[in-house]
Amino acid sequence: MGVPPTVTLEEHKISKNVSRCPTVLDEHWTFKTFKKRCRIAIVRYEDYEIEFDFIGIHPAVANTFRRIMISEVPTVAIEKVHVLNNTSIMQDEVLTHRLGLIPLKADPKLFEFKAEVDAEPREQDTLEFELKVKCMYNKDSNKNSSLAEDMYINNYVYSKHIKWKPIGSQKDKFSEENLGPVHDDILITKMIPGQELDLKLFAIKSNGKDHAKFSPVATAFYRMLPEISLVKEVEGEAAERLQKCFSPGVIGLKKDNGRVIAVVNDARYDFSSRNVYRYDDLKDAVVMRKVQDHFIFTIESVGAIKPDDIFREAINILKDKCTSLLQELNSL
Amino acid sequence: MEDCKNLNIFTQESALRHLGSKLVAKRYVTQANKVKTPEDEAIDLLATTILAHVPVDEYNFPTTILAHVPVDEYNFRMKSIYLGVMVKRVIDAETDKKFLDDRDYYGNKRLELAGSLLSLMFEDVFKRFNWELKSIAEKTIPKIRATQFDVVKYMKSDLITKCLVFAISTGNWTIKRFRMERLGVTQVLSRLSYISALGMMTRVNSQFEKTRKVSGPRSLQPSQWGMLCPCDTPEGEACGLVKNLALTTHITTEINDYPLIRLANNSGVQDINMVSADKLHAQGTFMVFLNGNIIGVVENYKRLINIFRTMRRKGYISGYVSIYPSFLHKCIYICSDGGRLCRPYIIVQNSLPLVTDNHMVELEKGIRTFDDFLHDGLIEYLDVNEENDSFIACYERDVTEQTTHLEIAPFTLLGVCAGLIPYPHHNQSPRNTYQCAMGKQAMGTIGYNQKNRMDTLLYNLVYPQCPMVKTKTIELTNFDKLPAGQNATVAVMSYSGYDIEDALIINKASIDRGFGRCLVYKTSKCIMKRYANQTFDRIQGPVIDTVTNQPTWRHTVLDADGIGAPGELVQNKQVLVNKSVPTVSAIPGSTNTTVEYKDVPVGYKNTEPSYIEKVLISTNEEDSTLIKLLLRQTRRPEIGDKFSSRHGQKGVIGLVVEQEDMPFNEHGICPDIIMNPHGFPSRMTVGKLIELLAGKAGLVEGKFHYGTAFEGSKVHDLNEELTRNGFHYEGKDVFYSGITGEILEAYIFSGPVYYQKLKHMVQDKIHARARGPRAVLTRQPTEGRSRDGGLRLGEMERDCLIGYGASMMLVERLMVSSDQCDVDVCNKCGRLAYCGWCNSCKSSGQVSSITMPYASKLLLTELEAMNITARLTLTDYCQ
Repeated sequence: MGVPPTVTLEEHKISKNVSRCPTVLDEHWTFKTFKKRCRIAIVRYEDYEIEFDFIGIHPAVANTFRRIMISEVPTVAIEKVHVLNNTSIMQDEVLTHRLGLIPLKADPKLFEFKAEVDAEPREQDTLEFELKVKCMYNKDSNKNSSLAEDMYINNYVYSKHIKWKPIGSQKDKFSEENLGPVHDDILITKMIPGQELDLKLFAIKSNGKDHAKFSPVATAFYRMLPEISLVKEVEGEAAERLQKCFSPGVIGLKKDNGRVIAVVNDARYDFSSRNVYRYDDLKDAVVMRKVQDHFIFTIESVGAIKPDDIFREAINILKDKCTSLLQELNSL
Repeated sequence: MEDCKNLNIFTQESALRHLGSKLVAKRYVTQANKVKTPEDEAIDLLATTILAHVPVDEYNFPTTILAHVPVDEYNFRMKSIYLGVMVKRVIDAETDKKFLDDRDYYGNKRLELAGSLLSLMFEDVFKRFNWELKSIAEKTIPKIRATQFDVVKYMKSDLITKCLVFAISTGNWTIKRFRMERLGVTQVLSRLSYISALGMMTRVNSQFEKTRKVSGPRSLQPSQWGMLCPCDTPEGEACGLVKNLALTTHITTEINDYPLIRLANNSGVQDINMVSADKLHAQGTFMVFLNGNIIGVVENYKRLINIFRTMRRKGYISGYVSIYPSFLHKCIYICSDGGRLCRPYIIVQNSLPLVTDNHMVELEKGIRTFDDFLHDGLIEYLDVNEENDSFIACYERDVTEQTTHLEIAPFTLLGVCAGLIPYPHHNQSPRNTYQCAMGKQAMGTIGYNQKNRMDTLLYNLVYPQCPMVKTKTIELTNFDKLPAGQNATVAVMSYSGYDIEDALIINKASIDRGFGRCLVYKTSKCIMKRYANQTFDRIQGPVIDTVTNQPTWRHTVLDADGIGAPGELVQNKQVLVNKSVPTVSAIPGSTNTTVEYKDVPVGYKNTEPSYIEKVLISTNEEDSTLIKLLLRQTRRPEIGDKFSSRHGQKGVIGLVVEQEDMPFNEHGICPDIIMNPHGFPSRMTVGKLIELLAGKAGLVEGKFHYGTAFEGSKVHDLNEELTRNGFHYEGKDVFYSGITGEILEAYIFSGPVYYQKLKHMVQDKIHARARGPRAVLTRQPTEGRSRDGGLRLGEMERDCLIGYGASMMLVERLMVSSDQCDVDVCNKCGRLAYCGWCNSCKSSGQVSSITMPYASKLLLTELEAMNITARLTLTDYCQ
């Protein structure tokens, strides 16, 4: 195995270190050694967010997953809107654009891609919703209040006002709580009494290449694992300064015979701020490196699909792509 | 003297007679001035025209003397003193250069406001009205009539209104008395953006001719400091002649000077008529001028000035009266006239500014307003001249013993447009000027009434944002409430080759999410006329196709009333208003003739469709029905759309990149815009770098930073804030390539910068043609985008082809692809033949066919029509 390949963060540039042993970055790398080193470790998993380590992989492959997650994992989003009535001040196009960006809960696996853009909506490829809101005066409101919320009903149109209208046998297949917007409190528009919206919304399945609204992730990215080593002993005031140059928790202070010495606690959460280079005395005390084949992935889902499922889906898409490429090559 | 002797003039009478003889006799000799001798005429002239502002009669101040004042009361003492002072000044200036006046000096300039221009116009029209009435009365009254002469009948009631309306609507200010003829005095307020409206309202136009090549009036004058914005001026021919007011500038209006004379006389000024000549020139006496008139002399000039300033601060005389000494001229000048530029300063007494912290607390609480400061004499207005007599400290720390005033805030020396720029004091000066011009083209919010407006052209941004880096001016002008731009995350790096020449790379996902999305509103207008023969224009409902029972395609957007329905999508060539106009066949007098109509629909002409936002039906001044349709387009940014930061750094979109191809940093942020670093070294817009830094620091701290001119957040503090939040102190982050996935070798300077979308969009400019319409006369392709015209191969391009020797290419460009035409020529007579028949030789024997440009053929026929025959001699090509 040997030392993993790294890059060094210098003051003005990032320099690549040439590794003396075969790494994932060169052609001496074999599948056997790859299998031995390649590993995924989940570090943090919250509702919409996952952080995991992807170790022993070529950056191009890691990037492929990132790219697929952003633009090729399909989701369902509102694509077509029939405006039956819109007397609000918001223009039809702006309103529909806003509606399109609302994340929907629907599981994209249960739907098909629409064959043609202008084809009639079918139950296999389309979800129909309705947004029918009318703003009125609130008759039984507190007379003294001049707050818009008290005086009017429905003056704020939220995503919760979007109601699902099943097409065909969709009623049996899906339940209401598995469809509809992920968040109930997305403000769509504001109205005053007398204004109303009557819209028919059609959601279809597509991917982020088509439009950013179909992207299942708010963002998916990775960074290389940082490696920080202290070359010189830093003590006293300089140690505290050094601690402030890094993200919290990276550098710790150790008391040793009344002296305060800086030690590296956990390099993982350093975000490469490189502020040590501000101080001439600390410049040479630290070497900051990054491991080139160790990626810390973060996937922030918009809520339609669980973040780990997005990653799994990305793997499947890559797999499909590879098989189809192989097929193409074999058929030559 | 010599002239006098030569002309034999030794007495006043002979001088007057001489002058009288030089006068041109009046064209209209009326009874009143018939009796006048040439001497009287001369004296009149002297009284009214020479030094007209110096009153002849001492108790008759501002008005010029009237003709009915008897001659023996003409008192020319004031005028002669004034003339003497003038001569003295001329002699002084001849001997010493420092006595020369600077005519570009702002203390010597006056601005004309709408009020003074209007009053001038009114005076002129009113005098004309009176004169016309008088001449009618003079003609009519001597005649004996049955009815008594009623002057009211002859008053043209709408003359004054009409003249004023005409002047205001055309902008032509013609005042015959002053031989004034100015164009463009009134302008239509541009409502393209909030800033363009504000910028136009602070504009100052110079009377100077634009065509003359002089640098004096165009260059920055030191005396315009604080009064006119040093940045905001257009480029090109009007450069330096069109200016903009600074933020706190006030232009004075005329104030009655009678109380000022009284005050002066009570403060030690001796009347000029009572002073002997030696006193006039005595050491230590100062001559006192009021609005250019000599009113007297004073010995203790310091007391006079002090009294005036105290009275002004106490509010006994107007705050806009200025008084200042000129030691060069040994004069005290008091000004109360209109059109002077002035600006407020904090008064400093005994090295202490009168405005204290207490006052500021009260101001913050809202107990005090700016007017209270003026009223309490803590702040006063100084005009350019008095400013030069004051010792003004820029900051409180600079206050010394001699200091008389303190600057309120240095950033107020900039105008509204320049005030939007963050850190303008770090920019190269022309960049600020460019931004001042570009800020007016930025799309955003027009005003709170923008949804109710019906402008011919209106641009709106869908999601305008308040800039991350604000300035005090932005808050004062409420630009943060009516913004025009968006905060874009910018990475300064090179990306692909599509970013050369300031082109920007833009993130497609950002566009998808609404970045730079804009609304374009256009108005279509249509007037329904009534005609003299009792016919009128009409609108009919859509034409229904008999087969499908649906409206025809061109009429799909029409409502039943024949006007486009709100909410409909209009395509190119569809009809907005189905109007038809009666043909003139109806004979007047004949009844029951059915009126025939011709369709003149209001069509929609644009390759991109629009939505009908709303329809307005009203009447115009002539009571004919007016129909206006507001058409709306929503546009997302595309390649070629123009964007600009607030530092004169404009650029078009060169490439739209997918989000996954964009570089990203360790926090997962990928930029909205990638800007090429080559934009920086030559432009030296350091302000943009600091704006980015301040914006980034503001993001991580969750607050707005200030980039106000000469102040604003310091770079050092921004560095600290960034460091505190785990970012690199200079704003340079580690980025990963979105394409290869590898870490980028360089650190990328990235953060938010406020970007403005400018009104120039490719969609309005894109144009290409292969075949298309031709002009009728020449049969050459039409010109211009609106007529689907061709792109001209001009003279210089032609020269290139000649130089290259590509003669066949020339033939192809200039004839074959343009107006090629087959012409028959008779070889015998050399004239043009038609259809193989020469009409002059009456034969078809010698006719041959050639090709030539139609323009040449046209020339030949037109010459023939003028009785000039051009004969063509043809030779065989092979010979």
